[in-house]
Amino acid sequence: MGGLAMDGYGAYVWSCFALTLAVFVFNEWRARVRHRSVYKQIEVRVKALEGRQ
Amino acid sequence: MITNERELPGLMAGFVATVKRDLLLAWKRPGDVLNPVVFFAVVSTLFPLATGASPEQLEFSGPGVLWVAALLATLLSLNSLFLADYEDGSLDQFVVSLQPLPMLALAKALAHWLTSGLPLLLVSPLVAVSFRMPAEAIGVLIVTLLFGTISLGLVGSIGAALTIGLHRGTVLLSLLILPLAMPILILGARTVSLAATNETYSAGIYFLAAYAVAALALAPFAAAAALRISYE
Amino acid sequence: MWNYLHKMASPPHFYRLAKILIPWLVLPGALLIAYGAYAGLFVAPPDYQQGDAFRIIYVHVPSAYLSMMAYMIMAISAGIGLIWRIKLAHAVAAGAAPVGASFTILALITGAVWGRPMWGTWWEWGDPRLTSELILLFLYFGYMALRNAIDDTAKADKASAVLAMVGAINVPIIHFSVQWWSSLHQGPTLIRQGGPAIDNEMLYPLLAMIVGFTLVFAALLLRRVRAEVLYRERRTNWVRELILSPRGDG
Repeated sequence: MGGLAMDGYGAYVWSCFALTLAVFVFNEWRARVRHRSVYKQIEVRVKALEGRQ
Repeated sequence: MITNERELPGLMAGFVATVKRDLLLAWKRPGDVLNPVVFFAVVSTLFPLATGASPEQLEFSGPGVLWVAALLATLLSLNSLFLADYEDGSLDQFVVSLQPLPMLALAKALAHWLTSGLPLLLVSPLVAVSFRMPAEAIGVLIVTLLFGTISLGLVGSIGAALTIGLHRGTVLLSLLILPLAMPILILGARTVSLAATNETYSAGIYFLAAYAVAALALAPFAAAAALRISYE
Repeated sequence: MWNYLHKMASPPHFYRLAKILIPWLVLPGALLIAYGAYAGLFVAPPDYQQGDAFRIIYVHVPSAYLSMMAYMIMAISAGIGLIWRIKLAHAVAAGAAPVGASFTILALITGAVWGRPMWGTWWEWGDPRLTSELILLFLYFGYMALRNAIDDTAKADKASAVLAMVGAINVPIIHFSVQWWSSLHQGPTLIRQGGPAIDNEMLYPLLAMIVGFTLVFAALLLRRVRAEVLYRERRTNWVRELILSPRGDG
Protein backbone atom coordinates (compact mmCIF):
# COMPACT_ATOMS: atom_id res chain seq x y z
CA MET A 1 0.00 0.00 0.00
CA GLY A 2 1.22 3.47 -0.70
CA GLY A 3 3.63 4.94 1.73
CA LEU A 4 5.23 8.32 1.55
CA ALA A 5 7.56 7.25 -1.26
CA MET A 6 4.87 5.53 -3.31
CA ASP A 7 7.30 3.09 -4.86
CA GLY A 8 9.32 5.93 -6.29
CA TYR A 9 6.35 7.78 -7.79
CA GLY A 10 6.09 9.93 -4.69
CA ALA A 11 6.99 13.22 -6.31
CA TYR A 12 4.39 12.74 -9.02
CA VAL A 13 1.55 11.71 -6.77
CA TRP A 14 2.13 14.19 -3.98
CA SER A 15 2.67 17.11 -6.33
CA CYS A 16 -0.69 16.40 -7.93
CA PHE A 17 -2.49 16.33 -4.62
CA ALA A 18 -0.71 19.47 -3.50
CA LEU A 19 -1.64 21.21 -6.75
CA THR A 20 -5.28 20.23 -6.22
CA LEU A 21 -5.27 21.76 -2.80
CA ALA A 22 -3.64 24.85 -4.26
CA VAL A 23 -6.38 25.18 -6.88
CA PHE A 24 -9.09 25.00 -4.22
CA VAL A 25 -7.35 27.53 -2.04
CA PHE A 26 -6.60 29.81 -4.99
CA ASN A 27 -10.22 29.91 -6.14
CA GLU A 28 -11.48 30.55 -2.63
CA TRP A 29 -8.95 33.30 -2.10
CA ARG A 30 -9.66 35.01 -5.43
CA ALA A 31 -13.39 34.94 -4.78
CA ARG A 32 -12.95 36.45 -1.36
CA VAL A 33 -10.59 39.14 -2.60
CA ARG A 34 -13.01 40.13 -5.33
CA HIS A 35 -15.92 40.16 -2.93
CA ARG A 36 -14.07 42.27 -0.43
CA SER A 37 -12.86 44.80 -2.98
CA VAL A 38 -16.29 45.16 -4.56
CA TYR A 39 -17.82 45.54 -1.10
CA LYS A 40 -15.33 48.21 -0.09
CA GLN A 41 -15.86 50.18 -3.28
CA ILE A 42 -19.60 50.20 -2.79
CA GLU A 43 -19.25 51.00 0.89
CA VAL A 44 -17.16 54.07 0.15
CA ARG A 45 -19.66 55.38 -2.33
CA VAL A 46 -22.73 54.62 -0.26
CA LYS A 47 -21.30 56.11 2.91
CA ALA A 48 -20.26 59.23 1.00
CA LEU A 49 -23.77 59.63 -0.37
CA GLU A 50 -25.22 59.10 3.08
CA GLY A 51 -22.87 61.66 4.59
CA ARG A 52 -23.86 64.25 2.03
CA GLN A 53 -27.55 64.00 2.85
CA MET B 1 -37.02 52.09 -48.26
CA ILE B 2 -39.90 49.65 -48.20
CA THR B 3 -42.83 51.13 -46.37
CA ASN B 4 -45.71 49.24 -47.90
CA GLU B 5 -45.99 45.50 -47.23
CA ARG B 6 -47.27 44.86 -50.70
CA GLU B 7 -43.99 46.11 -52.09
CA LEU B 8 -41.94 43.68 -50.05
CA PRO B 9 -39.62 41.54 -52.15
CA GLY B 10 -39.86 37.83 -51.57
CA LEU B 11 -37.35 35.85 -49.52
CA MET B 12 -35.57 34.52 -52.55
CA ALA B 13 -35.26 37.97 -54.07
CA GLY B 14 -33.70 39.32 -50.90
CA PHE B 15 -31.33 36.39 -50.66
CA VAL B 16 -30.20 36.65 -54.25
CA ALA B 17 -29.84 40.41 -54.05
CA THR B 18 -27.54 40.10 -51.04
CA VAL B 19 -25.39 37.46 -52.67
CA LYS B 20 -25.19 39.46 -55.89
CA ARG B 21 -24.22 42.59 -54.02
CA ASP B 22 -21.40 40.89 -52.14
CA LEU B 23 -20.14 39.20 -55.29
CA LEU B 24 -20.13 42.51 -57.10
CA LEU B 25 -18.23 44.14 -54.28
CA ALA B 26 -15.72 41.30 -54.31
CA TRP B 27 -15.37 41.61 -58.07
CA LYS B 28 -14.36 45.21 -57.65
CA ARG B 29 -11.69 44.27 -55.17
CA PRO B 30 -10.09 41.13 -56.51
CA GLY B 31 -7.41 41.40 -53.87
CA ASP B 32 -9.92 40.32 -51.27
CA VAL B 33 -10.45 37.09 -53.14
CA LEU B 34 -6.87 36.48 -54.11
CA ASN B 35 -5.27 37.25 -50.78
CA PRO B 36 -6.55 34.20 -48.90
CA VAL B 37 -5.66 31.98 -51.83
CA VAL B 38 -2.14 33.32 -52.01
CA PHE B 39 -1.91 33.07 -48.24
CA PHE B 40 -2.89 29.42 -48.50
CA ALA B 41 -0.16 28.72 -51.01
CA VAL B 42 2.45 30.66 -49.08
CA VAL B 43 1.66 29.01 -45.74
CA SER B 44 1.78 25.60 -47.36
CA THR B 45 5.25 26.46 -48.57
CA LEU B 46 6.39 27.38 -45.09
CA PHE B 47 6.19 23.84 -43.80
CA PRO B 48 8.55 22.11 -46.21
CA LEU B 49 10.93 25.05 -45.83
CA ALA B 50 10.91 24.78 -42.07
CA THR B 51 10.86 21.04 -41.64
CA GLY B 52 12.78 19.56 -44.52
CA ALA B 53 11.41 18.30 -47.79
CA SER B 54 12.20 14.65 -48.18
CA PRO B 55 9.51 12.90 -50.21
CA GLU B 56 8.35 10.78 -47.29
CA GLN B 57 8.02 13.79 -45.04
CA LEU B 58 6.06 15.68 -47.67
CA GLU B 59 3.69 12.83 -48.33
CA PHE B 60 3.20 12.27 -44.67
CA SER B 61 2.58 15.87 -43.69
CA GLY B 62 0.78 16.98 -46.85
CA PRO B 63 -2.83 16.49 -45.76
CA GLY B 64 -2.25 18.14 -42.41
CA VAL B 65 -0.28 21.05 -43.77
CA LEU B 66 -2.79 21.77 -46.51
CA TRP B 67 -5.67 21.61 -44.11
CA VAL B 68 -4.02 23.90 -41.57
CA ALA B 69 -3.19 26.36 -44.34
CA ALA B 70 -6.79 26.26 -45.57
CA LEU B 71 -8.07 26.77 -42.03
CA LEU B 72 -5.82 29.78 -41.46
CA ALA B 73 -6.65 31.29 -44.84
CA THR B 74 -10.36 30.94 -44.13
CA LEU B 75 -9.89 32.48 -40.69
CA LEU B 76 -8.09 35.40 -42.25
CA SER B 77 -10.84 36.03 -44.77
CA LEU B 78 -13.54 35.83 -42.09
CA ASN B 79 -12.45 39.09 -40.58
CA SER B 80 -13.82 41.03 -43.48
CA LEU B 81 -17.14 39.20 -43.58
CA PHE B 82 -19.04 41.93 -41.84
CA LEU B 83 -16.37 44.56 -41.46
CA ALA B 84 -16.88 46.56 -44.63
CA ASP B 85 -20.64 46.66 -44.15
CA TYR B 86 -20.24 47.59 -40.52
CA GLU B 87 -17.92 50.45 -41.33
CA ASP B 88 -20.05 52.04 -44.00
CA GLY B 89 -23.32 51.52 -42.20
CA SER B 90 -24.94 49.06 -44.54
CA LEU B 91 -24.94 46.42 -41.82
CA ASP B 92 -27.38 48.59 -39.90
CA GLN B 93 -29.75 48.27 -42.83
CA PHE B 94 -29.43 44.51 -42.73
CA VAL B 95 -30.26 44.35 -39.06
CA VAL B 96 -33.35 46.53 -39.28
CA SER B 97 -34.46 45.15 -42.61
CA LEU B 98 -37.81 43.41 -42.89
CA GLN B 99 -36.07 40.42 -44.40
CA PRO B 100 -35.32 37.71 -41.83
CA LEU B 101 -31.82 38.28 -40.52
CA PRO B 102 -30.80 34.59 -40.48
CA MET B 103 -31.46 34.46 -44.19
CA LEU B 104 -29.35 37.52 -44.83
CA ALA B 105 -26.59 36.03 -42.69
CA LEU B 106 -26.77 32.87 -44.78
CA ALA B 107 -26.61 34.93 -47.97
CA LYS B 108 -23.50 36.72 -46.76
CA ALA B 109 -21.93 33.42 -45.75
CA LEU B 110 -22.65 31.98 -49.18
CA ALA B 111 -21.14 34.95 -50.96
CA HIS B 112 -18.17 34.73 -48.67
CA TRP B 113 -17.72 31.07 -49.48
CA LEU B 114 -17.94 31.74 -53.18
CA THR B 115 -15.16 34.27 -52.89
CA SER B 116 -12.88 32.47 -50.47
CA GLY B 117 -13.76 28.81 -49.98
CA LEU B 118 -14.34 28.02 -53.61
CA PRO B 119 -11.06 29.56 -54.83
CA LEU B 120 -9.27 27.56 -52.14
CA LEU B 121 -10.89 24.40 -53.45
CA LEU B 122 -9.74 25.17 -56.96
CA VAL B 123 -6.16 25.97 -55.99
CA SER B 124 -5.71 23.10 -53.54
CA PRO B 125 -4.93 20.41 -56.11
CA LEU B 126 -2.02 22.46 -57.42
CA VAL B 127 -0.49 22.79 -53.98
CA ALA B 128 -1.33 19.18 -53.17
CA VAL B 129 0.65 17.96 -56.14
CA SER B 130 3.72 19.70 -54.74
CA PHE B 131 3.27 17.54 -51.67
CA ARG B 132 3.27 14.41 -53.81
CA MET B 133 -0.29 13.60 -52.94
CA PRO B 134 -1.72 10.66 -54.90
CA ALA B 135 -4.62 11.45 -57.22
CA GLU B 136 -7.32 9.75 -55.19
CA ALA B 137 -6.23 11.59 -52.08
CA ILE B 138 -6.41 14.87 -53.96
CA GLY B 139 -9.99 14.08 -54.85
CA VAL B 140 -10.72 13.39 -51.20
CA LEU B 141 -8.93 16.61 -50.32
CA ILE B 142 -11.25 18.59 -52.53
CA VAL B 143 -14.33 16.93 -51.09
CA THR B 144 -13.21 17.44 -47.49
CA LEU B 145 -12.28 21.03 -48.21
CA LEU B 146 -15.67 21.55 -49.79
CA PHE B 147 -17.54 20.50 -46.66
CA GLY B 148 -14.88 21.95 -44.43
CA THR B 149 -14.80 25.45 -45.89
CA ILE B 150 -18.59 25.58 -45.86
CA SER B 151 -18.65 24.59 -42.19
CA LEU B 152 -15.82 26.93 -41.27
CA GLY B 153 -17.42 29.83 -43.09
CA LEU B 154 -20.71 29.28 -41.30
CA VAL B 155 -19.29 28.79 -37.82
CA GLY B 156 -16.89 31.63 -38.52
CA SER B 157 -19.76 33.94 -39.39
CA ILE B 158 -21.03 33.51 -35.82
CA GLY B 159 -17.64 34.50 -34.46
CA ALA B 160 -17.36 37.39 -36.90
CA ALA B 161 -20.80 38.64 -35.83
CA LEU B 162 -19.81 38.46 -32.17
CA THR B 163 -16.59 40.40 -32.64
CA ILE B 164 -17.68 43.18 -35.00
CA GLY B 165 -16.00 46.42 -34.15
CA LEU B 166 -14.22 45.07 -31.10
CA HIS B 167 -10.75 46.21 -30.23
CA ARG B 168 -8.26 43.63 -31.54
CA GLY B 169 -11.18 41.80 -33.07
CA THR B 170 -8.97 39.85 -35.46
CA VAL B 171 -7.03 37.96 -32.84
CA LEU B 172 -10.11 37.52 -30.71
CA LEU B 173 -12.00 36.06 -33.64
CA SER B 174 -9.26 33.51 -34.20
CA LEU B 175 -9.21 32.60 -30.51
CA LEU B 176 -12.96 32.05 -30.54
CA ILE B 177 -13.14 30.10 -33.77
CA LEU B 178 -10.09 27.84 -33.53
CA PRO B 179 -11.31 25.49 -30.77
CA LEU B 180 -14.60 25.15 -32.62
CA ALA B 181 -12.74 24.51 -35.86
CA MET B 182 -10.57 21.75 -34.44
CA PRO B 183 -13.03 18.90 -35.06
CA ILE B 184 -13.37 20.01 -38.68
CA LEU B 185 -9.61 20.14 -39.02
CA ILE B 186 -9.20 16.71 -37.45
CA LEU B 187 -11.87 15.13 -39.59
CA GLY B 188 -10.67 16.78 -42.79
CA ALA B 189 -6.94 16.27 -42.47
CA ARG B 190 -7.10 12.73 -41.14
CA THR B 191 -9.60 11.65 -43.77
CA VAL B 192 -7.24 12.82 -46.49
CA SER B 193 -4.37 11.01 -44.73
CA LEU B 194 -6.39 7.82 -44.73
CA ALA B 195 -7.08 8.24 -48.43
CA ALA B 196 -3.38 8.80 -49.10
CA THR B 197 -2.50 5.52 -47.41
CA ASN B 198 -5.29 3.62 -49.11
CA GLU B 199 -7.42 3.00 -46.05
CA THR B 200 -11.16 3.45 -45.80
CA TYR B 201 -12.00 7.10 -45.48
CA SER B 202 -15.74 7.25 -46.05
CA ALA B 203 -16.60 7.73 -42.36
CA GLY B 204 -14.76 11.03 -42.28
CA ILE B 205 -16.51 12.29 -45.37
CA TYR B 206 -19.92 11.43 -44.00
CA PHE B 207 -19.20 13.24 -40.76
CA LEU B 208 -17.89 16.30 -42.53
CA ALA B 209 -20.97 16.35 -44.72
CA ALA B 210 -23.19 16.01 -41.67
CA TYR B 211 -21.36 18.83 -39.94
CA ALA B 212 -21.79 21.06 -42.99
CA VAL B 213 -25.51 20.30 -43.18
CA ALA B 214 -25.96 20.98 -39.48
CA ALA B 215 -24.02 24.21 -39.79
CA LEU B 216 -26.15 25.30 -42.75
CA ALA B 217 -29.26 24.69 -40.72
CA LEU B 218 -28.20 26.21 -37.41
CA ALA B 219 -25.39 28.70 -37.86
CA PRO B 220 -27.41 31.43 -39.61
CA PHE B 221 -29.71 31.68 -36.59
CA ALA B 222 -26.82 31.97 -34.19
CA ALA B 223 -25.12 34.51 -36.47
CA ALA B 224 -28.31 36.55 -36.67
CA ALA B 225 -28.66 36.50 -32.88
CA ALA B 226 -25.03 37.55 -32.59
CA LEU B 227 -25.56 40.40 -35.06
CA ARG B 228 -28.50 41.70 -33.10
CA ILE B 229 -26.52 41.53 -29.90
CA SER B 230 -23.60 43.38 -31.45
CA TYR B 231 -25.96 46.07 -32.58
CA GLU B 232 -27.63 46.94 -29.34
CA MET C 1 -43.37 26.32 -7.58
CA TRP C 2 -43.04 29.11 -10.11
CA ASN C 3 -43.16 31.56 -7.24
CA TYR C 4 -40.23 29.80 -5.68
CA LEU C 5 -38.26 29.84 -8.92
CA HIS C 6 -39.10 33.46 -9.40
CA LYS C 7 -37.81 34.20 -5.94
CA MET C 8 -34.66 32.23 -6.69
CA ALA C 9 -33.95 34.43 -9.64
CA SER C 10 -33.90 37.50 -7.45
CA PRO C 11 -30.37 38.66 -6.75
CA PRO C 12 -30.82 39.71 -3.13
CA HIS C 13 -32.46 36.43 -2.30
CA PHE C 14 -29.69 34.49 -3.99
CA TYR C 15 -27.08 36.57 -2.20
CA ARG C 16 -28.46 35.71 1.20
CA LEU C 17 -29.23 32.10 0.39
CA ALA C 18 -25.81 31.44 -1.07
CA LYS C 19 -24.10 32.66 2.05
CA ILE C 20 -26.06 30.15 4.12
CA LEU C 21 -25.48 27.32 1.67
CA ILE C 22 -21.73 27.64 1.34
CA PRO C 23 -20.71 26.05 4.66
CA TRP C 24 -23.23 23.24 4.09
CA LEU C 25 -21.40 22.46 0.87
CA VAL C 26 -17.84 22.95 2.03
CA LEU C 27 -17.98 20.77 5.15
CA PRO C 28 -19.41 17.59 3.67
CA GLY C 29 -17.30 18.18 0.56
CA ALA C 30 -14.10 18.56 2.52
CA LEU C 31 -14.88 15.44 4.56
CA LEU C 32 -15.53 13.39 1.47
CA ILE C 33 -12.32 14.64 -0.10
CA ALA C 34 -10.41 13.87 3.08
CA TYR C 35 -11.74 10.32 3.12
CA GLY C 36 -11.23 9.88 -0.62
CA ALA C 37 -7.68 11.20 -0.51
CA TYR C 38 -6.71 9.11 2.49
CA ALA C 39 -8.24 5.92 1.16
CA GLY C 40 -6.98 6.59 -2.34
CA LEU C 41 -3.46 7.26 -1.20
CA PHE C 42 -3.04 4.68 1.53
CA VAL C 43 -5.78 2.07 1.49
CA ALA C 44 -6.41 1.23 -2.14
CA PRO C 45 -4.05 -1.44 -3.45
CA PRO C 46 -1.49 -0.37 -6.03
CA ASP C 47 -2.40 -0.95 -9.65
CA TYR C 48 -0.83 -4.06 -11.12
CA GLN C 49 0.42 -2.13 -14.15
CA GLN C 50 1.05 1.38 -12.92
CA GLY C 51 1.98 0.81 -9.32
CA ASP C 52 1.38 3.73 -7.05
CA ALA C 53 1.37 6.30 -9.84
CA PHE C 54 -2.24 5.45 -10.65
CA ARG C 55 -3.28 7.21 -7.43
CA ILE C 56 -3.21 10.44 -9.40
CA ILE C 57 -6.53 9.24 -10.75
CA TYR C 58 -8.09 10.38 -7.50
CA VAL C 59 -7.50 14.01 -8.40
CA HIS C 60 -7.29 13.80 -12.18
CA VAL C 61 -10.67 12.24 -12.85
CA PRO C 62 -12.70 14.47 -10.52
CA SER C 63 -11.09 17.62 -11.88
CA ALA C 64 -11.63 16.54 -15.49
CA TYR C 65 -15.25 15.70 -14.73
CA LEU C 66 -15.76 19.04 -13.05
CA SER C 67 -14.12 20.97 -15.86
CA MET C 68 -16.79 19.53 -18.14
CA MET C 69 -19.60 20.08 -15.72
CA ALA C 70 -18.55 23.67 -15.12
CA TYR C 71 -18.68 24.32 -18.84
CA MET C 72 -22.17 22.84 -19.04
CA ILE C 73 -23.30 24.95 -16.10
CA MET C 74 -21.79 27.97 -17.78
CA ALA C 75 -23.46 27.29 -21.11
CA ILE C 76 -26.85 26.37 -19.62
CA SER C 77 -27.05 29.34 -17.28
CA ALA C 78 -25.86 31.64 -20.06
CA GLY C 79 -28.60 30.20 -22.25
CA ILE C 80 -31.19 30.69 -19.52
CA GLY C 81 -30.00 34.25 -19.09
CA LEU C 82 -30.20 34.91 -22.82
CA ILE C 83 -33.55 33.27 -23.48
CA TRP C 84 -35.45 34.21 -20.33
CA ARG C 85 -33.45 37.36 -19.62
CA ILE C 86 -32.59 36.47 -16.05
CA LYS C 87 -29.65 38.58 -14.88
CA LEU C 88 -28.69 36.15 -12.14
CA ALA C 89 -28.16 33.41 -14.71
CA HIS C 90 -25.62 35.57 -16.51
CA ALA C 91 -23.83 36.17 -13.22
CA VAL C 92 -23.62 32.41 -12.67
CA ALA C 93 -22.14 31.92 -16.13
CA ALA C 94 -19.59 34.66 -15.51
CA GLY C 95 -18.64 33.09 -12.18
CA ALA C 96 -18.39 29.56 -13.52
CA ALA C 97 -15.85 30.40 -16.20
CA PRO C 98 -12.73 31.09 -14.13
CA VAL C 99 -13.44 28.27 -11.70
CA GLY C 100 -14.07 25.85 -14.56
CA ALA C 101 -10.93 26.97 -16.36
CA SER C 102 -8.79 26.40 -13.27
CA PHE C 103 -10.15 22.87 -12.90
CA THR C 104 -9.38 22.30 -16.56
CA ILE C 105 -5.81 23.42 -16.02
CA LEU C 106 -5.64 21.14 -12.98
CA ALA C 107 -6.89 18.21 -15.04
CA LEU C 108 -4.31 18.94 -17.73
CA ILE C 109 -1.39 19.25 -15.34
CA THR C 110 -2.33 16.17 -13.31
CA GLY C 111 -2.83 14.32 -16.57
CA ALA C 112 0.61 15.36 -17.79
CA VAL C 113 2.27 14.49 -14.48
CA TRP C 114 0.52 11.12 -14.55
CA GLY C 115 1.69 10.59 -18.09
CA ARG C 116 5.33 11.20 -17.33
CA PRO C 117 6.06 7.96 -15.46
CA MET C 118 3.68 6.06 -17.71
CA TRP C 119 4.73 7.15 -21.16
CA GLY C 120 8.04 8.86 -20.50
CA THR C 121 6.78 12.16 -21.92
CA TRP C 122 5.03 15.09 -20.35
CA TRP C 123 2.43 15.16 -23.06
CA GLU C 124 0.90 12.49 -25.23
CA TRP C 125 -1.12 13.82 -28.13
CA GLY C 126 -2.51 10.36 -28.63
CA ASP C 127 -4.48 10.43 -25.42
CA PRO C 128 -7.94 11.59 -26.46
CA ARG C 129 -8.96 12.78 -23.02
CA LEU C 130 -5.98 15.08 -22.60
CA THR C 131 -6.37 16.55 -26.07
CA SER C 132 -10.12 17.13 -25.57
CA GLU C 133 -9.35 18.74 -22.23
CA LEU C 134 -6.90 21.09 -23.92
CA ILE C 135 -9.47 22.14 -26.49
CA LEU C 136 -11.93 22.70 -23.64
CA LEU C 137 -9.41 25.03 -22.03
CA PHE C 138 -9.21 27.00 -25.27
CA LEU C 139 -12.99 27.24 -25.26
CA TYR C 140 -12.88 28.68 -21.75
CA PHE C 141 -10.20 31.17 -22.75
CA GLY C 142 -12.21 32.26 -25.77
CA TYR C 143 -15.27 32.80 -23.59
CA MET C 144 -13.35 34.85 -21.03
CA ALA C 145 -11.56 36.81 -23.75
CA LEU C 146 -14.85 37.75 -25.38
CA ARG C 147 -16.30 38.84 -22.06
CA ASN C 148 -13.29 40.99 -21.40
CA ALA C 149 -13.37 42.57 -24.82
CA ILE C 150 -16.88 43.94 -24.45
CA ASP C 151 -17.26 46.79 -22.01
CA ASP C 152 -20.98 46.88 -21.59
CA THR C 153 -21.94 44.14 -19.11
CA ALA C 154 -25.31 43.31 -20.65
CA LYS C 155 -23.86 43.09 -24.14
CA ALA C 156 -20.95 41.01 -22.89
CA ASP C 157 -23.40 38.68 -21.17
CA LYS C 158 -25.41 38.11 -24.33
CA ALA C 159 -22.49 37.79 -26.73
CA SER C 160 -20.65 35.35 -24.50
CA ALA C 161 -23.90 33.43 -24.01
CA VAL C 162 -24.12 32.82 -27.76
CA LEU C 163 -20.49 31.72 -27.76
CA ALA C 164 -21.00 29.42 -24.76
CA MET C 165 -23.99 27.74 -26.35
CA VAL C 166 -22.22 27.23 -29.68
CA GLY C 167 -19.28 25.82 -27.72
CA ALA C 168 -21.51 23.49 -25.72
CA ILE C 169 -23.01 22.05 -28.89
CA ASN C 170 -19.50 21.49 -30.19
CA VAL C 171 -18.17 19.73 -27.07
CA PRO C 172 -19.58 16.29 -27.95
CA ILE C 173 -18.37 16.79 -31.53
CA ILE C 174 -14.91 17.64 -30.24
CA HIS C 175 -14.86 14.58 -28.01
CA PHE C 176 -15.98 12.32 -30.77
CA SER C 177 -13.55 13.64 -33.36
CA VAL C 178 -10.58 13.51 -30.99
CA GLN C 179 -11.56 9.99 -29.97
CA TRP C 180 -11.73 8.94 -33.63
CA TRP C 181 -8.44 10.65 -34.35
CA SER C 182 -6.60 8.96 -31.54
CA SER C 183 -8.10 5.56 -32.31
CA LEU C 184 -6.55 5.78 -35.75
CA HIS C 185 -3.11 5.20 -34.35
CA GLN C 186 -3.90 3.47 -31.06
CA GLY C 187 -1.95 5.75 -28.77
CA PRO C 188 -1.56 4.92 -25.08
CA THR C 189 -4.35 6.19 -22.90
CA LEU C 190 -4.36 7.24 -19.30
CA ILE C 191 -7.36 5.22 -18.26
CA ARG C 192 -7.93 1.87 -19.85
CA GLN C 193 -11.25 1.97 -21.61
CA GLY C 194 -13.19 -1.18 -20.78
CA GLY C 195 -10.32 -2.61 -18.83
CA PRO C 196 -10.60 -5.13 -16.00
CA ALA C 197 -13.39 -4.28 -13.57
CA ILE C 198 -12.13 -1.80 -11.06
CA ASP C 199 -12.38 -3.29 -7.61
CA ASN C 200 -14.31 -1.61 -4.83
CA GLU C 201 -11.34 -0.62 -2.75
CA MET C 202 -10.21 1.49 -5.67
CA LEU C 203 -13.67 2.68 -6.66
CA TYR C 204 -15.15 4.01 -3.42
CA PRO C 205 -12.46 6.59 -2.77
CA LEU C 206 -12.84 7.73 -6.39
CA LEU C 207 -16.58 8.20 -6.01
CA ALA C 208 -16.04 10.04 -2.76
CA MET C 209 -13.56 12.34 -4.45
CA ILE C 210 -15.92 13.04 -7.33
CA VAL C 211 -18.81 13.93 -5.05
CA GLY C 212 -16.55 15.85 -2.67
CA PHE C 213 -15.02 17.84 -5.52
CA THR C 214 -18.49 18.65 -6.83
CA LEU C 215 -19.64 19.97 -3.47
CA VAL C 216 -16.55 22.10 -3.02
CA PHE C 217 -16.85 23.34 -6.60
CA ALA C 218 -20.44 24.36 -5.90
CA ALA C 219 -19.27 26.29 -2.86
CA LEU C 220 -16.50 28.00 -4.83
CA LEU C 221 -18.99 28.86 -7.56
CA LEU C 222 -21.48 30.30 -5.10
CA ARG C 223 -18.84 32.47 -3.53
CA ARG C 224 -17.70 33.71 -6.89
CA VAL C 225 -21.24 34.42 -8.04
CA ARG C 226 -22.00 36.29 -4.82
CA ALA C 227 -19.15 38.66 -5.57
CA GLU C 228 -20.33 38.96 -9.15
CA VAL C 229 -23.91 39.70 -8.09
CA LEU C 230 -22.75 42.30 -5.61
CA TYR C 231 -20.80 44.04 -8.34
CA ARG C 232 -23.61 43.97 -10.87
CA GLU C 233 -26.17 45.21 -8.37
CA ARG C 234 -23.90 47.80 -6.81
CA ARG C 235 -26.23 50.70 -7.55
CA THR C 236 -29.43 49.13 -6.33
CA ASN C 237 -31.33 49.86 -3.18
CA TRP C 238 -31.04 46.46 -1.67
CA VAL C 239 -27.27 46.66 -1.83
CA ARG C 240 -27.29 50.10 -0.35
CA GLU C 241 -29.39 48.92 2.56
CA LEU C 242 -27.18 45.91 2.99
CA ILE C 243 -24.09 48.07 3.31
CA LEU C 244 -25.76 50.48 5.67
CA SER C 245 -27.33 47.84 7.87
CA PRO C 246 -25.54 47.24 11.18
CA ARG C 247 -24.53 43.70 10.31
CA GLY C 248 -22.95 44.83 7.09
CA ASP C 249 -22.29 41.93 4.75
CA GLY C 250 -25.36 39.79 4.32
